[in-house]
Amino acid sequence: MTTATPPVSAPGRTSGRERGGVPGRLPWPLVIPALIGLAFLVLPLAGLLVRAPWSTLPQRLAEPQVLQALRLSLVTATVATAVCLLLGVPLAWLLARTAFPGRRLIRALVTVPLVLPPVVGGVALLLVLGRRGLIGSWLEAAFGLSLPFTTAGVVVAEAFVAMPFLVISVEGALRAADARFEEAAATLGASRWTVFRRVTLPMIAPGVAAGAVLCWARALGEFGATITFAGNFPGTTQTMPLAVYLALETEPEAAVVLSLVLLSVSVVILAGLRERWVSRI
Amino acid sequence: MNRPVQDRPPHGGLHARLVVERPAFRLDVELEVAAGEVVALLGPNGAGKTTVLRALAGLTGLTGGSITLDGRPLHTLPTEHRRIGMVFQDYLLFPHLSALDNVAFGPRSDGASKAEARRTAGELLERVGLAEYAAVRPGRLSGGQAQRVALARALAVRPRLLLLDEPLAALDAHTRLEIRAQLRRHLADFDGATVLVTHDPLEAMVLADRLIVVEHGSVVQQGTSAEVARRPRTDYVARLVGLNLHRGHGDGAHVKVGELLLSASDHVEGPAFVAFAPAAVALYRSRPDGSPRNLWRARIDGIERHGDNVRVHLDGPITASADVTPAAVADLDLSPGQEIWAAVKATETHAYPA
Repeated sequence: MTTATPPVSAPGRTSGRERGGVPGRLPWPLVIPALIGLAFLVLPLAGLLVRAPWSTLPQRLAEPQVLQALRLSLVTATVATAVCLLLGVPLAWLLARTAFPGRRLIRALVTVPLVLPPVVGGVALLLVLGRRGLIGSWLEAAFGLSLPFTTAGVVVAEAFVAMPFLVISVEGALRAADARFEEAAATLGASRWTVFRRVTLPMIAPGVAAGAVLCWARALGEFGATITFAGNFPGTTQTMPLAVYLALETEPEAAVVLSLVLLSVSVVILAGLRERWVSRI
Repeated sequence: MNRPVQDRPPHGGLHARLVVERPAFRLDVELEVAAGEVVALLGPNGAGKTTVLRALAGLTGLTGGSITLDGRPLHTLPTEHRRIGMVFQDYLLFPHLSALDNVAFGPRSDGASKAEARRTAGELLERVGLAEYAAVRPGRLSGGQAQRVALARALAVRPRLLLLDEPLAALDAHTRLEIRAQLRRHLADFDGATVLVTHDPLEAMVLADRLIVVEHGSVVQQGTSAEVARRPRTDYVARLVGLNLHRGHGDGAHVKVGELLLSASDHVEGPAFVAFAPAAVALYRSRPDGSPRNLWRARIDGIERHGDNVRVHLDGPITASADVTPAAVADLDLSPGQEIWAAVKATETHAYPA
């Protein structure tokens, strides 16, 4: 290898610590609210750890209801993520790589579930996919399929709420990726589908992975749309967040244990994303 | 030109008229490149050279015109069906694929089996001398190696038209010389038409059989390197080949440029160009006498180092550059603003019709 710089290389990530300058006194109007803000974010989590019934934790975790809810949560969140990948990546591609009238409007529509209260999302899903809904009634008549209050309904509710995270993440990765590689592939005789499969997708893989993890985390924590659209039936639609809510009314200690499980899952995800995502924000 | 276009069957090679219109830019260029011929598009930045290549590749849409390659229309096909080989300025090797798989990409897209495509790619890597780098990712290749992989990848689709966009621009000066010699060899072996874009006249002259100079979206001059170098027709080309160029009016043995009457070695009538090399200009403090030459009173506009010599910019009836030795600068005690006599022998002054 000569001294020449390789033509294709990721731009070097510069560390934020290189900022020079003379350190001055920190201004208290910034520092004090900052510390209060930090405490506000961290204290509740610390409280959860402090109040956890550590001595009985193993038995409580092994309770069939907890395991059932955890299993259901993991399975539905994973399936919902798979659905989001299958539909969201092509949608992101369409938004990032093609020009069609109304593209901006569609892009705005895609992000609506992001800001919509999840309960409203659940109501909307009921109106469309419910037994008497626009599509739901047809689904039932044609295939005998009914989504509300089923495990499939949980997946639908979670995917509805979580998909924007994936679409936005993947679209960002697509826009950041150099489209000229795709042009190069086209000159080599690759069809647009081949270009997507063999050039675009491998190049945006980190963005897709980050989007999928975010999407999965969002699906795992989904509450409002799920309880509205799928209800709260242990074993079929009662996911962890729903179980936490229910336990809080009957058995607060169990709610703490369940919360602790969800918290550790979140921490594990954050740790996994540390490199790719958190450090860039 | 060692392969004249007119000797080829009319349908062979590339025939193109490219019109691309954009706000504040219009490209209108005609290209004829015979099979086996290498044509260099030379021009300043923003002249539209790269747009020509992109239009040929189908990456930029045509506003008008047509492209015919070996008798078949090309402009109606999308990029992936044009069967062209393109080497991009920064190569654009796929970062996630090994050198071998980069080269195999074309054959794979063409429907070859994985093993078959890799065999083709292996042979091509061998041809560019990189067989032992087959498994290496582009990020670990040097600039020169990446350039050769990019060439191999472009040749792997067995193109009938090869497009090279500033193929040596991303290389350092040392590597460039070596890669240029290799590229020249590979281009000589290639039997299709080649269009090469560059802003480096030396690169164009070494690599190409014929030059086409593009400025502001149109062809301003074309011909063999020797023709272009000897008879520049625009200030840009004159600067590239390092000649003083003036436009005037010929009346046989003389060309009148502004108020100055220059004798030339050639006879021209009517609108004419006069060209002479800066090294042919001699400077004197007092009016010289003797052999017949073109003589004028000039004012020194600037003095700068130029290789081993000193380039003196002259103002006066005509603007010109003169290359003199550092010793001459000292002897003549030259300084900006000074009045001086400039002379060029008639035998070193070339005149040709404008």
